[in-house]
Amino acid sequence: MGAQLRLLRRRIRSVKSTAKITRAQELIASSRIAKAQQRMAEALPYEREITRAVTGVVSNTSSIDHPLTVEKERPASAGVLIVTSDGGFCGGFNANVLREAEALRGLLEERGVRAVPFVVGSKGVGWHRFRSREMAGEWEGFSRRPAYSDAKEIAGMLIESFKAEEGIDEIHIVSTEFVSMLTQNVVVKRVLPLEVVEAEQTEETALLPYFEFEPGAGAVLDSLLPRYVESRIFTALLQSAASEEAARRRAMKAATDNANELIGVFTRQMNQARQAEITQEISEIVGGANALADAAAGKE
Amino acid sequence: MAKLRVGVVSPEREIWSGEADMVIAKTVEGEIGIMPNHAPVLGILVEGGVLRVKRAGGEGELVAAVHGGFFSVADNEVSVLAEMAELGSEVDVRAVRDALERALASVDADAENMEAALEAKRATARLRAAGEDV
Repeated sequence: MGAQLRLLRRRIRSVKSTAKITRAQELIASSRIAKAQQRMAEALPYEREITRAVTGVVSNTSSIDHPLTVEKERPASAGVLIVTSDGGFCGGFNANVLREAEALRGLLEERGVRAVPFVVGSKGVGWHRFRSREMAGEWEGFSRRPAYSDAKEIAGMLIESFKAEEGIDEIHIVSTEFVSMLTQNVVVKRVLPLEVVEAEQTEETALLPYFEFEPGAGAVLDSLLPRYVESRIFTALLQSAASEEAARRRAMKAATDNANELIGVFTRQMNQARQAEITQEISEIVGGANALADAAAGKE
Repeated sequence: MAKLRVGVVSPEREIWSGEADMVIAKTVEGEIGIMPNHAPVLGILVEGGVLRVKRAGGEGELVAAVHGGFFSVADNEVSVLAEMAELGSEVDVRAVRDALERALASVDADAENMEAALEAKRATARLRAAGEDV
């Protein structure tokens, strides 16, 4: 067998096994998206209710003077929570998040604000380590299945450094929002200080009731606002987890398609090489036979 | 009579939602009972509290252990936002009893152990929610 033929056979075998792996990864990711979406749906009622409660409090305590809502006049540094994944094989998922984070960093620096990164996910942590960027916080190991306690831990640390004297003055989240199976967008949101938007007079906001507080407005805010931040972070983590799987599914589907195309190309090349070999052999045999026949005819 | 629309939610899932005649929760200031047409209230729930919901339509009482969080009442809508919550019927009594004993033992060993004290409180609430005597 010719050398070229053997080489092609080997390549086809190797591409085939790669295709099997990427196909399996694609299927695994698809089933995980469904689960991640379900978790997102289950977390939705809590987020909705807590947002309503915060809006309710904020809209009917006329002068809110809580450390978490006060905007500093000249912010000096801002914490940026960057949500990436732990695993790879998910296309441009992490690169997109990190690019957006860099853009935000540039934007903040233009305003004279120092960006302090807090990073979730090994990919983001590795990215920062490689560039010897200092991180104020790093978390790994739960990007696929974030629990509420993870969000709580992150929120606790962020709020603590927000409240500290020399701490950060703003908190932003850079994460991926899950819009649908096909669309995921990187979004940048400011979490703290809470933006107390003057409620527009829509039908819904006009009907917001005047709450009584138990024990008091201050105490309620004290524990409501951190919960709200936790919930926002938890939502970001869940959305990012679902987006990660969706990105992985897409990347793995593309890889499987490419592998199958390669197999087709190689198979054609292999057939060509085999045919060439056979043609050559036949012409050699025919040539040899002719030569023998000529030699025999010459003797007679 | 008007009914209350009640939703009990934790960050990871919705525990229960439905109609009720009365909701009894434990806030940091004490127990509070909510009946239809109650004034809007926003309260903080205690760690290791037991929530009782008198369900509408003679379905009996729903009991849940709730740990931390809030409840808000507005327009006959009661939402209980617990950081952790569990229905009484879902509690694994034996496992929780074990947990309670362990927590109490570590409280006995070290009275400063806040973590264990909290754990004991939670376990007690979960057992109460399950209808056990503690």
